[in-house]
Amino acid sequence: MKILTYFEVKDGEIKKASFETASKAAEIAEKLNGEACALFVGENISEEMAKSPSRVNIKKSYILKNESLKTFSNSIYASAISNFAKEREFDAILFPATSTGKDLAPIVSAYFDVPYISDVIKVDVENGDVTFVKPIFSGKAMKKISVEENCFVASLRVNVFPVIEKHCETLVESVEAKLDDVKSSKVTGYEKGSSELLDVAEADIIISGGRGMKGPENFEMLAEVAKLFGGAMGASRAAVDAGWVPHSHQVGQTGKVVSPSLYIACGISGAIQHLAGMSSSKVIVAINKDKDAPIFNVATYGIVGDLFEIVPLLKEEIKSLKG
Amino acid sequence: MRIITLVKHVRDTETRVKVAENGAKLEFIGENWVLNPYDEFAVEEGLRLKEKFGGEVVALSVGDEESSKSLRQAMAMGADSAILLSDPLFNDLDPLSTARVIAEQLKKESFDLILCGKHGVGDDNQAVGSIVGALLNIPVATVVVNLEIQGSDVKAKREIEGGLEVLEMGLPCLISCQKGLNEPRYPSLKGIMSAKKKEIRTINASVLGIDEKFFSKRIKFITFLEPPPRPKGKLIKGEPRDAVKELVKLLSEEAKVL
Repeated sequence: MKILTYFEVKDGEIKKASFETASKAAEIAEKLNGEACALFVGENISEEMAKSPSRVNIKKSYILKNESLKTFSNSIYASAISNFAKEREFDAILFPATSTGKDLAPIVSAYFDVPYISDVIKVDVENGDVTFVKPIFSGKAMKKISVEENCFVASLRVNVFPVIEKHCETLVESVEAKLDDVKSSKVTGYEKGSSELLDVAEADIIISGGRGMKGPENFEMLAEVAKLFGGAMGASRAAVDAGWVPHSHQVGQTGKVVSPSLYIACGISGAIQHLAGMSSSKVIVAINKDKDAPIFNVATYGIVGDLFEIVPLLKEEIKSLKG
Repeated sequence: MRIITLVKHVRDTETRVKVAENGAKLEFIGENWVLNPYDEFAVEEGLRLKEKFGGEVVALSVGDEESSKSLRQAMAMGADSAILLSDPLFNDLDPLSTARVIAEQLKKESFDLILCGKHGVGDDNQAVGSIVGALLNIPVATVVVNLEIQGSDVKAKREIEGGLEVLEMGLPCLISCQKGLNEPRYPSLKGIMSAKKKEIRTINASVLGIDEKFFSKRIKFITFLEPPPRPKGKLIKGEPRDAVKELVKLLSEEAKVL
């Protein structure tokens, strides 16, 4: 079995989720006596960068080059990737489920003509079959599946798979990409969000507020705590629909599904749509004045009390902890 | 401008889900079905573009007879007509196969723009729209929160980690719509009444000219699983100041997340 992992490079740096995904690819390959390789796409990839998958036991890296790959265009990138995978007879391609990965992977699935499994949270090898567990209904249930002949395109959820350090020698080969005549959208710019905080989809620590925050002005206090953590500020649908916080912060079934190490829910009662979006977090803290709020059912630690009293105290404690 | 909006009939997000029969099936508490919330943004955007440029909006869905309810909902909002791709062969398809069925029909349709929701709630694949676009060889922009069309030039902004990516492309193209793009209208009474008279063309596999050989590699279902149970939590009592001290201590020493 030959398996390829797409390495995402942004602003000259490899996204950590690429190593998470490649660690899993290396493990599958080892169990199936196969081969796991890394794939970089673009004109600005250095040999040194392409060697870095050596960290996670990937012995071969490819760099796909072409004038047309200078800037990101989803369909053109997808064409380069799938033509390469066909030519070198890869069976499967893995992507980190970042916003770029989730944009590219379905298009690659179409060109490669291989089923796509999205946002996977568990991958195993059982009786020679690669099996996937994928959340459905935003995590209210899971579905376990495999694909005939182990041919698949899959994206692996960020922050779920550990980076498994296992050093090896990595050979790098540059390949001129073959492109079909595909019509593509082109990235022509980027607008940075106003917030200096991380995005909830990327952060390892998230502090979220709900209806109990009472108004937009009070979210400043959560943003300050998030900043101390180097994390992100989230919000429930109630807070977003009330117009207190932009939608990009929304966690839940119609927002983002997150799995950080620590999720702190302040004044969030825990509607099923919200729980679906965050209950796979490793540690959950609930701060709520209603002791019967459903959020306490999923909380690792709970404090029943007034968040306007507790959050400022929390901020003080974190400040002194971080020195 | 002829605009196709891809819509899906889905279970309401309030629905509770339980795994039953040792993982063989799912049981649902709550029997409400709705037009996929993200598809509402797609329908709304289609209607706004029609209001601006003229033309028609056609809603298309793959599903059983029940799916016509969401097509009626799209038409009650203002879509002009609908297409339902319906056949036992189309049940429980994976995203690639669903998209291939849709693309097969769209190859026979004229269109300037395809709009769909960011993802269908339930299966949560976030894939069918993009695959349709890829199969039809038109540009694809996903998770779009801002869309401008001038002549045949399209400018879209898509949500990514920590900001927005600006994309440019030409018509025809496929746009997957994210919350924030617009505020979907509620159907008026008049809209609901007139939707009843609008046409839904139902098309099965043989009319579409495909049979089971059309579908290639298959996804094999193994089992449904409950989400991993959460360990029993700890309620921290005491004065707020002491409780917070205790919390931070537990987070750093017991849970080791700080």
